[in-house]
Amino acid sequence: MSDTQKGNNSVYTDVILSSRVRLARNISGVPFPVRLNTLQKQKINLSIVNALSSSSFGFRAVDMSSIYPYEAVSLAERHLISPGFASNTAGKVLVLSEDERISIMLGDRDHIRIQGFADGASPMEAYRLAAETDEIIASQLKYAFDEKLGFLNQNPKDLGTGMVPSVMMHLPALSRTGEMAKFSLTAGKLGFRIRGSYGDGASSKGDIFRISNYITMGLTEETAIENLKSLSLQLATKERAAAEEFVKDITVKDRINRSAGLLKNAVLLSCDEMMELLSWVRLGSLYGVLDCDPDLISRLFVSMQPATINVLAGGKLTSSGRDEIRAVTVKQIFGE
Amino acid sequence: MLDYLLYFIYNVIGDIMLCQNCKRNDASAHLKRIMGGEAVEIHLCRQCASALGVGDVVAGFFPFGDFPSFSADVIKISEKTLRCETCGFSFEDIARTGMPGCPECYGVFSKKLRPLIGKIHGRAVFEGKAPLTHREEMRKEQVINALREKLDEAIMQENFELAAVIRDEIKALSLMED
Repeated sequence: MSDTQKGNNSVYTDVILSSRVRLARNISGVPFPVRLNTLQKQKINLSIVNALSSSSFGFRAVDMSSIYPYEAVSLAERHLISPGFASNTAGKVLVLSEDERISIMLGDRDHIRIQGFADGASPMEAYRLAAETDEIIASQLKYAFDEKLGFLNQNPKDLGTGMVPSVMMHLPALSRTGEMAKFSLTAGKLGFRIRGSYGDGASSKGDIFRISNYITMGLTEETAIENLKSLSLQLATKERAAAEEFVKDITVKDRINRSAGLLKNAVLLSCDEMMELLSWVRLGSLYGVLDCDPDLISRLFVSMQPATINVLAGGKLTSSGRDEIRAVTVKQIFGE
Repeated sequence: MLDYLLYFIYNVIGDIMLCQNCKRNDASAHLKRIMGGEAVEIHLCRQCASALGVGDVVAGFFPFGDFPSFSADVIKISEKTLRCETCGFSFEDIARTGMPGCPECYGVFSKKLRPLIGKIHGRAVFEGKAPLTHREEMRKEQVINALREKLDEAIMQENFELAAVIRDEIKALSLMED
């Protein structure tokens, strides 16, 4: 077992990168956003923003139609909003807490989508943040709610608690040994969904996956979160066991070291290539093949996404301009 | 035949006009009927246009043999459709889009929606945390129920002074609910 795993065995931060809880809510007696025009949406959004203004989280509201498209996409790359929230931005407002651990999407499919975030395998902590925000809104506005059906949200799948807890995991060994498809299938039967965090559907760039619990009826929020946690810890244990074996293979060691070499020397680095290389290097750093900080690599996964580089550079760059900045930044980190 | 020469422009002025038929949804089908050189404009929402059999037209000039002639501003849809008062959705609209138009639809179409919800969630019911307002209402209801029992007791014991006090308390609490 490598140094980074020692001491935080229980939290599995080597495998589980972050946790998120999403709550879908709607205001009673008001049609869903898809049935409202921009003006009507803005009116509802304003009442919600007002309800949140008295909180101690230091919320700020961002009118999505007032920012550049690449800024909106960057918010999605940083997982603060869903990808869909970044397009058709008229009548959409994002409310962010000062520390960006709470984000509230207004005027999307539901009037309100609250998200709480936490590092590592702490979906309960993420839920606490979301639930506290939920109570602030509920103390001033009447939610659409039914005793049997729960929260009345636009998609009937989101009835009940309206809550989807999820964790983001780095699973290079399970993914590259072809085990992920099997787990996806089993988890799917239990009401969970495993999807690539970057990229579409089952494939995932950088071997980063999001595991979500979509069961919203017949259980409490706490039970749903516990179930997710227990599944993700099982998956993490399997990943660790698979990785221990995987890195012993000489061809894998070769891939890890070659990846580090490319990251150190590339002059142009596309996002897809970087994701692939970082995944190998992170695996190597966890299992003693390389000496670098796996948490630093986890942050690069997010901060070197295309639109986020645009934001850091303060404007829209060409694709090769971004690839150059990416290569320079990554080189600074791996070059030493 | 000329009388039935219509043309449609979809989504040109989307949000601005209300449907002349249901007066609830935004008009997305704008049609002109040419009568003796004079053009009459009619604005319908997608649902009403489709109910009137003109929903599938994209653009251009189309002759309609079976289009109902409308002399008044309002065209009546012949079949009586149950519609949600909050958003104007019918069950057909929900079936078409896969989603209700507003939270109230779940109550209005509860019987018809039950199989769909059962398909997703099985027989399970909500067991999570109710919203703050609802929890307060439930608490208030419990207090009122307890007071009502006390009131009955007081009346049985012919303690009318106490009964009057309890009655006022219940009244005050019920008013708060509104």
